[in-house]
Amino acid sequence: MNELSVEQKKFLHIQKRHRRVVGVSRVLILLSFLFVWEFTANTGIIDSFIFSCPSKIALCFWELTTDRTIFVHIGVTLYETIISFFLVIGISILAAIALWFSRKLSEILDPYMVVLNSLPKSALAPLLIVWLGANQTTIIVAGMSVAIFGSILSLYTSFSSVDPEKIKLIYTLQGTRLHAMTKVVLPSSLPAIINIMKVNIGLCLVGVIIGEFLAARNGLGYLIIYSSQVFRCAGILISLLSFIFLF
Amino acid sequence: MESNAEQILELKSIYYAYHNMEGETRALIDISFAMKEGEFVAIVGPSGCGKSTLLSIISGLLQPEKGLIKINGKYLRESTTNIGYMLQHDQLFEWRTIYHNVILGLEIQHMLTTKTKAKAHELLDTYGLKQFENARPSELSGGMRQRAALVRTLVLEPDILLLDEPFSALDYQTRLRVGDDIGQIIKKEHKTAILVTHDLSEAISLADRVIILTPRPATIQQTLPLIFDLEKDTPLNRRNAPEFKNYFNLIWKEINGNE
Repeated sequence: MNELSVEQKKFLHIQKRHRRVVGVSRVLILLSFLFVWEFTANTGIIDSFIFSCPSKIALCFWELTTDRTIFVHIGVTLYETIISFFLVIGISILAAIALWFSRKLSEILDPYMVVLNSLPKSALAPLLIVWLGANQTTIIVAGMSVAIFGSILSLYTSFSSVDPEKIKLIYTLQGTRLHAMTKVVLPSSLPAIINIMKVNIGLCLVGVIIGEFLAARNGLGYLIIYSSQVFRCAGILISLLSFIFLF
Repeated sequence: MESNAEQILELKSIYYAYHNMEGETRALIDISFAMKEGEFVAIVGPSGCGKSTLLSIISGLLQPEKGLIKINGKYLRESTTNIGYMLQHDQLFEWRTIYHNVILGLEIQHMLTTKTKAKAHELLDTYGLKQFENARPSELSGGMRQRAALVRTLVLEPDILLLDEPFSALDYQTRLRVGDDIGQIIKKEHKTAILVTHDLSEAISLADRVIILTPRPATIQQTLPLIFDLEKDTPLNRRNAPEFKNYFNLIWKEINGNE
């Protein structure tokens, strides 16, 4: 290593201080928020029965962890979300590839895709229960229904926005349309695929929670519904916190 | 005229038109010419006249509406002759290294063997890209990228090279150098080449013959053989030769005469 110059040291020092200020401020905001919440609830400025308070949440969390129910709920929700996430990714990549290969097919299906994508998916959940029964399949399908159409649409858009000159290059090298897919379209769409995955994991979770609201005996969605029915707001807030830590 | 056996490429009254809902745009009308093996032909003409369309037809990417193309005496569709096509931009893929970009054609044609891999390495070495084999395209200068694109074409050992304004994306200095470079490479490898360009001086410095096209729809206006009396016939030497200016004025008049 070279000896650092005075200017470089000064620069590093300023950078370090900048990062420290940012980090400390973040923690401070959280702590002061919790403090104000606890304080106002204890002094009766807000109603702790409705708004709950940090100490009650901690107590409730302790109960749920000691009898391990929270882990069961988190595990179930996580399992359902991940299954529906992978199904969405797999199906939407295959569907987008099929649409890309056939311009006719994509033009025929385009209005259907747009309509299906704009459906309010939470309204589908009651239908799914009737069709598939109140079981885990329904919840996974509900998770998929939120993400899948948008995912196919944006994947197809990214596939068809590949530079046509790059595809022409493949043809000049005597390649086929399949080569264009595997050598150009898929690799150049990789950033888009990763972006869509990031969005989808959140969407699948939303769908799974909607499903659990209606058709579950465990999972975080069930915990929220159950807690609200017995007016234990701390339970709802714990579920919300679990989401934050999960993702 | 030469006998047919020597002609590597023959075009007979090629017609082509673009179609859309508004109507058709005629691009090529009655284009005929022939080339000998090892010959370098430049096709010049105003921009948008259908020069690139002509290359796409020769390479088989587009089907002519009328007319026929023979390569080594066989129809284009039955021909096994390898045609290399160099596009305007290098189109190197950023997610591949230079070496993996160069072997893209071999990969597609299932020709990846120890021999062809060695050939790729050798060509990269010859054209000064050895230390960049594992670099990403964005780490290379415009001239080096164009050379890498040339290696990608040459590694397939094409008998005919089609060059679609391959230097137009480069800045002027690089363009002269890479033009000189690539011109000599093609001469050395004794390749038959067709260069499409709107840069007259580029055409004159590289080609054995210039074909001048009219504005769209393109027909052949004139064919002009270029003869330079030079000891060492390189593109840069040509630019300094007295014949250069004469040819330039001649072609300039031909192109602008019909405006």
